[in-house]
Amino acid sequence: MTNSFVDFAKAKMIIVIGSNMTEAHPVAASFVKQAVLAGAPLFVADPRRTALADMAEQHIPIRVGSDVAFLNGLMNVLITEDLYDKEYVESRCSGFEELRAKVLEYPPERAAEISGVSAETIRTVARRLASVKPVMLMYTLGITEHTCGVNNVLSCANLQMLLGNVGFECGGVNPLRGQNNVQGACDMGALPNVFPGYQRVDNAEARAKFEKAWGVTSLPDKPGMMIPQMLEGLPSGKIKAFYIFGENLANTEPDIRHVEHCLESAEFIVCHDIFPTETTRFAHVIFPAAAWSENDGTFSNSERRISRVRTASPPPGEAKPNWWIFREIARRMGHKWPSKSAREIWDNEISVLAPSMAGVKYNRIRGNGLQWPVPHEEHPGTPTLHKHRFTAGLGALVPVDWTPPAEVPDSKYPLVLSTGRRLYHYHTRTQTGRAAGLNDLLGEETADISPIDAAALGIVHGEMIRVASRRGEVKVRANVSDRIPKGVVWMAFHFREACANWLTNPAFDPVSQTAEYKACAVRIEKA
Amino acid sequence: MSGATFMLNGRSVPFKLGQSILDAARDNGVQIPTLCYLKGLAPSGACRICLVEVKGARSLMAACSTPVAPEMDVNTESARVHEARKLNTELLLAAGRHDCLLCEANGDCGLQELAYQYKVDGSSFPRRDDFHPVEDINPFIVRDFSRCILCGRCVQACNQLVVNRAISHGYRGKGSKIVTGGDNPYHQSDCVFCGQCVEVCPTGALTEKKLRGQGRPWETKRIRTTCPYCGVGCQMWLHVKDNRIVKVTAVEGAAPNDGRLCVKGRFGYDFIYSEERLKTPLIRENGRFREASWDEALNLVASKFGEVIDKHGPDAIAGVSCARSLNEDSYQMQKLFRAVFKTNNIDHCART
Repeated sequence: MTNSFVDFAKAKMIIVIGSNMTEAHPVAASFVKQAVLAGAPLFVADPRRTALADMAEQHIPIRVGSDVAFLNGLMNVLITEDLYDKEYVESRCSGFEELRAKVLEYPPERAAEISGVSAETIRTVARRLASVKPVMLMYTLGITEHTCGVNNVLSCANLQMLLGNVGFECGGVNPLRGQNNVQGACDMGALPNVFPGYQRVDNAEARAKFEKAWGVTSLPDKPGMMIPQMLEGLPSGKIKAFYIFGENLANTEPDIRHVEHCLESAEFIVCHDIFPTETTRFAHVIFPAAAWSENDGTFSNSERRISRVRTASPPPGEAKPNWWIFREIARRMGHKWPSKSAREIWDNEISVLAPSMAGVKYNRIRGNGLQWPVPHEEHPGTPTLHKHRFTAGLGALVPVDWTPPAEVPDSKYPLVLSTGRRLYHYHTRTQTGRAAGLNDLLGEETADISPIDAAALGIVHGEMIRVASRRGEVKVRANVSDRIPKGVVWMAFHFREACANWLTNPAFDPVSQTAEYKACAVRIEKA
Repeated sequence: MSGATFMLNGRSVPFKLGQSILDAARDNGVQIPTLCYLKGLAPSGACRICLVEVKGARSLMAACSTPVAPEMDVNTESARVHEARKLNTELLLAAGRHDCLLCEANGDCGLQELAYQYKVDGSSFPRRDDFHPVEDINPFIVRDFSRCILCGRCVQACNQLVVNRAISHGYRGKGSKIVTGGDNPYHQSDCVFCGQCVEVCPTGALTEKKLRGQGRPWETKRIRTTCPYCGVGCQMWLHVKDNRIVKVTAVEGAAPNDGRLCVKGRFGYDFIYSEERLKTPLIRENGRFREASWDEALNLVASKFGEVIDKHGPDAIAGVSCARSLNEDSYQMQKLFRAVFKTNNIDHCART
């Protein structure tokens, strides 16, 4: 996020797009709701009428996968009605003319046709957004989990720059990160193209720096593979050994049948985990890992805050911290790593090597942690990014076109399946499924469908139905809800039997390689 | 109007304009007892424990809901104040069934504290014994209406702090009850089990079911940590007894959550004690997993990776790191891939 959670409750106006915050990020949602109670108008763009939409000045029920068209439509109004922040755009952004030319192709009537909300709504929302400064924008996976995910993100950024809202408290572009340490895993360089602190592997200077620090030569200079390519590399034989650390790929990746075929064809798989999972079945070696409360270390949250994680109890049996396991493998391959604890790894390596975290040391994050960039040890951290000027110099306005999802409904599969997370469980239930009580509150998957589609097929609330896509079929209980628009089926991936990922489409954004979990074509029928 | 002062227990002290007597007193190091006040929310003035004497005022004033005026003369500990607090504590005690023996709040109870401080046990008044039945049919929260003092903290926290708007005041007079929609039990209401109501309850009216019999407040130590679920990164206290987490509460005043948690953060901690945890390294042999020593498993992995690198080159290895685990773990994994294996085939689920 460019901004901080502390801004949420103080925001003057908020637009939330593609985020079911009350279920996926409940505490963040409480701040948004507090802002509404304090008088901030809230706009919620989402195909579903989410709980947050109930508190909105306006719920904008855009069609699944129409985000760019809707956002371009808003920007069209801002430009044609001269409502955008000219001074900000001129002094702080680049690419305005190109953006202008592109969004002029999206008059509200055209945006309305694609997004399914009226041209009048688009005009009203654009005018309202231009009436207050700053407006805070939040998004989640409803934006990114599309074949046009990168373009969706660029559109959100375009809108906020055009409105002159980036670089101020209570403004900015704020993606809520899904997992507790997905921000941190990125920051640490668990990515194929960057070292810790986003230093590129194809930069010779960066490589030289890490070679010196790690006491090695010839670090690889070409960006590596992303997850979808890795999986495809298993049956093709390109990848011989696959190392899976704490991921349940056999449930979380789109098209489970295909993913399992890939895992099955691996020559050698190593897993670290705290539980046996659907994925560890494919392992050749499984290492038992210490869990969250059995480790000392750090997590980094959505607002780039590095906070401490502390040990409450020892791990069971012979389970060990993950960092120790990696160190032991390195040792057995002839590399002696000096750091002997998470603290030493952070203080002596990470903060020394990643300039944006240079000022973060364990003795500074005993309480509230610090938000990077923290360039030196006297630095208080950075709650708001791009203040006064963009980190990269000028904020790049990047024109983007709307493209439909890779798979759209047709006569055989007439509905759109969209997927996500529910309040009482987390991902594949490895953890929440084993915490007493949560299964009592949500014990099985449902397919959430609209009363209109239910009536058309004679399906009643609570009966078992079949949901089928080109990739698979699940039997699941129907949850008939007026929060779901006609033509949409909504499911989660918490339960193995009726996991949405038996159905989802392994089509990926060409840049980010993020899968289109939010849209594929399905049909439903009485079971 | 900085520099404004008022008299607090005979001392001239500063205050901020608009501040309540209770907040201004706290800022000046004077604690006024209260059972209903919640920092940052509109005062309800419900419990009548924070009464103070204001010179010139006809009656005692509730410190939580009375703004300070310049040169106001406030006494928080006069005999009249003590008498009133004592009486009100007596009345609260008599209006409920406040036996502490089995109460989970024992040792962490605002009412018990007051009873102790003012040496009262509620016996001066006839005790009530017609209570709404205890509700403990949901998995997490026990509602014991006989211990409820109707302070309204849970109502305020639910409506103003987490804004789930599930809890409200119901009925009137002697029949008053804290209710969820239509006076249904929690699990049949709009309640989302964030447990904020339990966290703010000053008595044993709302307690955690999982905590029952697991440990007294004075037996546990608190460890601050970060929640393992979503990307908000809430700060929490783990209440630990004999190396076991028995309860999780939010850290007041901490960034980013400032005293809030959700259902998973508060109640979803005990997966770590599941019997299904992996406890030893496992090696697959003839389609079955067998237990192995660390040495055997680590040597096998190291030699297999070495073999693959020798035969097919480093890029024949790929790995995914864990977005649930520590920064230090991800750092080590990418270091292993880059510095030891010599491949950049390292990724994690940020994109999927």
